Amino acid sequence: MVGARGGSVLGKGLLGIYLSVLVLLPVAALLAKSGTGGTSQFWREISNPEAVAAIKLTLIISAIVVLINAIFGTIIAWVLVRDEFPGKRIVNALIDLPFALPTIVAGVVLLALYGKGSPVGIDVAFTRAAIVLALLFVTLPFVVRSVQPVLHELDVSMEEAAESLGAGPLTVLRRIVLPSLAPAIISGVALSFARAVGEFGSLVLITGNLPFKTEVGSVYVFGQIQNENLPAAAAVSVVLLVAALVVLAALTLLSRWRSKHVL
Amino acid sequence: MSSSASGSIALSSGSTGRAAPRGAPSADGAARARKLGVRTIALGYLALLLLAPVAMIFYRTFEHGLTPVWNAVSEPNAQHAFWLSLEIVAIAVPLNTVFGIGMALLLERGRFKGKALLGLLIDLPFAISPVVIGLALVLAYGKTGWLGDWLAENGIQVIFSVPGMVIATAIVSLPFVARETIPVLRELGTDAEQAASTLGASGWQTFWRITLPGIRWGVVYGVVLTTARALGEFGAVSIVSGRIEGETQTLPLYVQARFENFDITGAYTAAVVLALLAFATLVAMNLLTRRTRAETIA
Amino acid sequence: MKKVVMTKNTFAVIFSVCAAAIGLSACGSSSSSSGGSGKSLTLVAYSTPQAAFEKLIPAFQATPQGKGVSFKQSYGPSGEQSRAVSNGLHADVVDFSLEPDVERLVKAGLVAADWNRNPTRGFVSNSVAVIIVRKGNPKHITGWADLVKPGVQVVTPNPFTSGGARWNVMAAYGAQVREGKTPAQAQEYLKALFHNVVSQDSSARNALQTFVSGRGDALIDYENEAITDKQKGEPIEYVVPKDTILIENPIAAVGKGAGAATAQKFIDYLVSPAGQAIWAAQGYRPVISGVAAAAKFPNPPGLFTIGALGGWPKVTKEFFDPETGIVTKIEQSQGVSTAK
Repeated sequence: MVGARGGSVLGKGLLGIYLSVLVLLPVAALLAKSGTGGTSQFWREISNPEAVAAIKLTLIISAIVVLINAIFGTIIAWVLVRDEFPGKRIVNALIDLPFALPTIVAGVVLLALYGKGSPVGIDVAFTRAAIVLALLFVTLPFVVRSVQPVLHELDVSMEEAAESLGAGPLTVLRRIVLPSLAPAIISGVALSFARAVGEFGSLVLITGNLPFKTEVGSVYVFGQIQNENLPAAAAVSVVLLVAALVVLAALTLLSRWRSKHVL
Repeated sequence: MSSSASGSIALSSGSTGRAAPRGAPSADGAARARKLGVRTIALGYLALLLLAPVAMIFYRTFEHGLTPVWNAVSEPNAQHAFWLSLEIVAIAVPLNTVFGIGMALLLERGRFKGKALLGLLIDLPFAISPVVIGLALVLAYGKTGWLGDWLAENGIQVIFSVPGMVIATAIVSLPFVARETIPVLRELGTDAEQAASTLGASGWQTFWRITLPGIRWGVVYGVVLTTARALGEFGAVSIVSGRIEGETQTLPLYVQARFENFDITGAYTAAVVLALLAFATLVAMNLLTRRTRAETIA
Repeated sequence: MKKVVMTKNTFAVIFSVCAAAIGLSACGSSSSSSGGSGKSLTLVAYSTPQAAFEKLIPAFQATPQGKGVSFKQSYGPSGEQSRAVSNGLHADVVDFSLEPDVERLVKAGLVAADWNRNPTRGFVSNSVAVIIVRKGNPKHITGWADLVKPGVQVVTPNPFTSGGARWNVMAAYGAQVREGKTPAQAQEYLKALFHNVVSQDSSARNALQTFVSGRGDALIDYENEAITDKQKGEPIEYVVPKDTILIENPIAAVGKGAGAATAQKFIDYLVSPAGQAIWAAQGYRPVISGVAAAAKFPNPPGLFTIGALGGWPKVTKEFFDPETGIVTKIEQSQGVSTAK
């Protein structure tokens, strides 16, 4: 039972300090700065129609994005771990590139590929589909990289045993593979959702930033900061943050519930 | 759920896939066809979403030959940005790795009140737009920020210098290692650890011999993701860096500056360098894991 | 139990070593980033003039005043750069897109209140707002009136994320007023204009990228950017409207002492005939008379300044207040009518 008691006081203290320096203190400073107007201003800021539209768009699009990620991320992870084909290692190494590429480059390239004059005949630039596309690009690694390590550790003999006992591939998938992968998929989905809600750089070029149409929450927040309107920026950030945390909490609960009830 | 839908998609496309076996399909053949179908879906998705953009970046970089690329790489500001990016990654990634493993053990194996809350806390920076993270750091550590006076008295400059950039980078890549490791820890269970303890292994031995090899893939992907994200971060770092060329300009900031300046080749070249760095991280981590595994078995 | 503690302690050791690394880097860099000896100048500027400064700085270093002066340079969005300096980013010279960004530093006590009491009124470069169209001008756009015609797609940066984009909005508005429209009619024009806007990019550079990628029929931009793009071989033309705004970019020395003296020498050079000739070669209109290259710029008959509209403080409040501003309201009304 390594760490059953949660480790030494020293170790915990250092984790705490690290977390405070990186997260607690800056977020507290931000909230303090923005809370000067009181709750009435907070409500006014977040009921601004442009803000409401941006928040709504962000949450809906993020939900679509994580759904696609959950499906394709799991498939890709499965292929990368269980399948063998020439060039697999190269494909595996490419998965993380969306993180490392500066978002401005991602924006320019996506615009060139999936905008007017697209070489593959897909023109989604300046539509909401473009937001989905850009977010799928920047969140691609999450589910893949969460599921991959669990698949590595998963014992194939369980599946083989089930199959030899006459279980169909769907049954094996549903009864054996997915329950084991569920926490990892959920973990990846949670991270994708959070990142999708906060993403900014890759979106600014391909969406056109039209208020009420393609302006997402993070772009709205950016505009409010540029405008010295910190309370509005913080208020909308807080709403997005709370929404993301609620989703994260719900997913964590779901993951626990699953591991208790299925395994 | 969504994932079972993926299974059925895989099935149907497998049976109509180009490599569907002829004649009476044996169980083996059906499995192969399924595999091919799933592979086709995965690679097709990746081709559209990932391979095409990456290929285009490489094409655009080298379309005018090697001379402009060489000129871009030998630019002093580009080289400084390269080393600065490496420096920041070299500090932020080990910190986040140790933090992440510790946090994962705490969250998965510890029992204490507020655990769920703590779990959410490490994901928190993720849902905040990087621009807002930069702003929050300025409000906390800047000249007029909460700790501004104290830091100034002690001669420490955080904002607009490397420490602030390291902090910003660490924040945006904070949850990866913990989030990658937790599911593996859960899947791993505690049986082996308990057995080792019973046989008299010390905590350190148990961790090093049992737990770490067990979670190594989680840690590997966590580190790879952390490094990639740390290399590519622009928004938060751009606000706390001051963007001084040859001093506080990282590679992504350099890319932005080149783009603003209509030097497209310079921007793409630096982007390719970033991609290669991420690539190298993965290869290095793979080699490292392979060696640890060999040692553990031996 | 003891074993568990050991594991955790090892963690603690590794962790504190890493934390110490962060601390060391903090101390190490604090000494290097405090400049201001007078022989090294830090220039903090908005993004657009970087190409011009790449020519201007070596030219200044070749003069007796600039001999031995080294430069550190930082470029970024005007508003962000201004906020960074007010938050402690060291700067000796600031060059911004609009005056309010300098005024912020005056309020913070970093720039002298009399920074603009000089022959060029604090400005270092001028330009005008122009309309960029596609090669051959297929939509026959000759002025502001053509931008509100049905079916004309307009690209302009978002005036709330890009301070520089406010020049575009005020150019369009001011031109209507100059043509004799009432403020209410001019506001109606802005409304019609925003109705035709198909993309509001976060910055002028991004808007240009959008336009070059094939989106829109017209892009409102600065003349100097249009000149640069044409030189880069982009398939575009640009139209200087009959009535348009004179864009004036401010420059100021920051702080006092030896650094400020050198900074002033640099600024003096930038507004000298030699310096202005280089600005002009980069597409900027000179701020002093007697620069030969000034002749190449067309002189629109109805040129006006932001002063004619009441100056930036008044315009910012009236048009861009995030709650009551005229442009804020227009954006919202567009949303109500076009959302979904």
